[in-house]
Amino acid sequence: MSQQAVNGISHRGRVLTLDSMNPNVKRVEYAVRGPIVQRAVQIEKELKEGVKKPFTEVIKANIGDAHAMGQKPITFFRQVLALCSYPALLEDSKFPEDVKKRAQRILEACGGHSIGAYSTSQGIECIRQDVARYIEKRDGGIPSNPDNIYLSTGASDAIVTILKLLVCGEGRDRTGVMISIPQYPLYSAALADLGAVQINYYLDEDNCWSLNIAELRRALNAAREHCNPRVLCIINPGNPTGQVQSRQCIEDVIRFAKEEHLFLMADEVYQDNVYAEGCQFHSFKKVLFEMGPEYSNTVEMASFHSTSKCYMGECGFRGGYMEVINLDPEVKAQLIKLVSVRLCPPVPGQALLDLVVNPPQPDEPSYATFMTERTAVLSTLAEKARLTEQIFNTVPGITCNPVQGAMYTFPCITLPQKAIDKAKELGLVPDMFYCMRLLEEDGICLVPGSGFGQREGTYHFRMTILPPTDKLKVVLQKIREFHLRFTQEFS
Amino acid sequence: MAARGLDLILHGAQVKLCDKLKDINSNMWNMKQLEYGALARRANRIKDELRQGVRKPYKEVIDVFQGDLHGAGMKPLTFVRQVLAACVYPPLINSNNLPLDVRQRAQEELGRCVGGSVGSYSAAAGIPEIVHSISEFIKRRDGGIPSHPENIYISPGSQWSISNILNVLVNREASPRTGVLIPVPFYNKTVLSITQLGAVTVPYYLSEEQGWALQVDELQRALESAKGVCNPVALYVINPGNPAGYVQSQKSVQEVIRFAWEKRLFLLVDELYQDCVYGENCEFVSYKRTLSEMGPPFSGTVELASFHSVSKGFLGECGLRAGYVELVNLDPAVMKHIHTLSSKDSCTPILGQIALDLMTDPPKPGDPSYPLYKQEIEHIRAVLVHNVKRVHEVINSLPGFSCPPLEGGLFAFPRLNLTPKAIQKAKELGLQPDTFYCTRLLEEGGVFTGPGWEYGQKEGTYHIRFCIAAPQDVMEELLRRLSSFHMTFMKDFS
Repeated sequence: MSQQAVNGISHRGRVLTLDSMNPNVKRVEYAVRGPIVQRAVQIEKELKEGVKKPFTEVIKANIGDAHAMGQKPITFFRQVLALCSYPALLEDSKFPEDVKKRAQRILEACGGHSIGAYSTSQGIECIRQDVARYIEKRDGGIPSNPDNIYLSTGASDAIVTILKLLVCGEGRDRTGVMISIPQYPLYSAALADLGAVQINYYLDEDNCWSLNIAELRRALNAAREHCNPRVLCIINPGNPTGQVQSRQCIEDVIRFAKEEHLFLMADEVYQDNVYAEGCQFHSFKKVLFEMGPEYSNTVEMASFHSTSKCYMGECGFRGGYMEVINLDPEVKAQLIKLVSVRLCPPVPGQALLDLVVNPPQPDEPSYATFMTERTAVLSTLAEKARLTEQIFNTVPGITCNPVQGAMYTFPCITLPQKAIDKAKELGLVPDMFYCMRLLEEDGICLVPGSGFGQREGTYHFRMTILPPTDKLKVVLQKIREFHLRFTQEFS
Repeated sequence: MAARGLDLILHGAQVKLCDKLKDINSNMWNMKQLEYGALARRANRIKDELRQGVRKPYKEVIDVFQGDLHGAGMKPLTFVRQVLAACVYPPLINSNNLPLDVRQRAQEELGRCVGGSVGSYSAAAGIPEIVHSISEFIKRRDGGIPSHPENIYISPGSQWSISNILNVLVNREASPRTGVLIPVPFYNKTVLSITQLGAVTVPYYLSEEQGWALQVDELQRALESAKGVCNPVALYVINPGNPAGYVQSQKSVQEVIRFAWEKRLFLLVDELYQDCVYGENCEFVSYKRTLSEMGPPFSGTVELASFHSVSKGFLGECGLRAGYVELVNLDPAVMKHIHTLSSKDSCTPILGQIALDLMTDPPKPGDPSYPLYKQEIEHIRAVLVHNVKRVHEVINSLPGFSCPPLEGGLFAFPRLNLTPKAIQKAKELGLQPDTFYCTRLLEEGGVFTGPGWEYGQKEGTYHIRFCIAAPQDVMEELLRRLSSFHMTFMKDFS
């Protein structure tokens, strides 16, 4: 490949070129921040410059960022973190006593009593202890060992770390990782980056995106022909699909993992985001242990959680953790080495996580406000989940499964053949063509289903349910109108 | 399906593996075993015991193992922390207890955050206004040489950036394997990254006799040694040094750039300690500036990645995890992929990004916070200048202990002349000789330092590394304990 001339000066050949670079990196894509978002940012710039458009703002319903959409932070968390940032505020009488106590406790656990000091790579010990206690409480008393807790820079960091550890082998022995389709594209991006083999198992759209063991088995058997399947990833509650797995389903998955000797990765970052009646979050850890020692002593697993979702929505703090179960001690030693390379997770994120797992108690001054705020966020989300499903299902050509949990809807859109042809002409995947049009005409930024994976011949988009209720109603209305227009245009 | 058992050779012993998944990324095993892990655990155990009231010859452990200013007792900058607090809890913006410029600055920072909250994601490469601020800072620092925002990526700490760039450089499918030239002594985290990615390290030795100077002959020798072993594509430089406390002269920087140009090497330059320069006649000159001033053919062709962060210098905000890389002369097609790669990592913690902004755009004369800011910076500087002098004095006054003048950086890396008896004892205990010294120093003297073995050194030489950024009284106490311990140790093993 010839080198590009820059400013008329020709190069004698760069060291780092498309040919010489890590080929895996070239395969990495991440739709959530991909081309459609780049176009959205460009349009925002144009609006700022005064360019006239059929809309006055771009609504970015592409990314699961609650605060970006106007959700307010939890007062208690921000007060404690402010005191941790500037401890002189501990003298300020405007802050409640429980806020001060928490801040003091966190600061005492930090080197030099500062959130600016490094922590150990695994994370501040007393915070890991608090996380372990939270897990025990959540899981009905099943013990959690702080040594099995690894704090991380958001859940994504921990997910990638475990994958880095597990992906090995060459050729037919290369590690295969099972991921749900549709999936959160961090997984496919990480697998591409690591050169792992991606094994797709399809969620059942006709059954509310549920997980089907027969489908897992099909995918696994087919994969065995060309790789070494070792890992099974589940997102529960699901992203982008929002399904909340039943307890039975979780048991079936664990049984399957044991039979097939698979390492389970349970992404549970939306564990507080459960809305639908009859749905309940069951942690994989809890179900595993309730299945008895035959399973709980053998199945190897990592569960992930973060401070970015649920009712906190604190994406910008990059707080998270993973709990590892039944990991070989020698492998754990290697894991410590791996996490030490980046020194430690951000300490403000660790502090925030501590507050999330250790919220105000009923007898504490901040409790009332905390509960009000928490309840408001979760009930608003539940309402928006219902509204979204309801409105989308009134649109001919859009079918929407119930948004049982998480923060997204992933409706199926029927596209006229003419639209599909037009898309192909333009070199675009049909749902990208659809979403681009919606962006240009209505200033609404969604992510095409192709970015998450879908069954061949089906099209979807992912929209977050995060905009404030009034705005969401407008967005849903606009999408409805757009869809009818679009269908009309290409009929 | 039957579980796959694996035989793996560990520490020379054959270990039969059980059903559990032990088959992991083979590069993990290659990552150098960190003896310091045991040392760190011991330090924590001693700290716990002291907390529980166990009697020891000292009341607290002086932890100077890492380059952690706050951990060693240095204070954060007031302006930085006030702005961060107001960003975290915006009602403080209306509080008269904070100076006006703090409140205005916090408002400005929040205005750049999506939804006005530090809890939102930012653009993957960083908040655009802050990226711009960094480019202006670089331009100012480099005498007006332009810096382009689209070449700057903010990341959760410099190691994150370095790993990302290495990830792009290291082609695992290539044969022979990708090689990276590394200085000895080196910063061990970067070397761990290189190994974890499956690349080969090609050491070049800094000259201890010449105050750890980087010599081009030695670069040449190292490159030759790689023939037939690996394909070196990159040259990793740390300036000012870590752990070696040198500051490269402009001439030295030019020589390295010329070498990289001649031998077609990608330059990875860690400039985290650019604010830590003490030596007389020493000045930090950035690789970017030097490259640009060298003009064609160098300025338009040598591929360069320079790294900086909020962890060192005057801020010392290691725990916030924020740094940046500036990329120069990279292939635009490759830059696109670097952009996608950074997008899957979400974004750098917002508080860290704000700290980066405050570092690159600090209070100016006339601002209400300026006097205090200036005072705090000067105090830190005075402490460091004092400490490096004292360390040099004390170490060189002790028998069997020596170190060159510390020109820059945050560490002392003195040389230990251990007696054969001491070396023998270490062998008996299964420890590297300098690890043995550090272990004893920790147990008996309550000072937590790092063994030279962790950072690389010429065969048969021994060193220890410790951070010199501690309050003066802590440093004096450290030197007192170190002297006392050292004399006893040397006597015991004479």
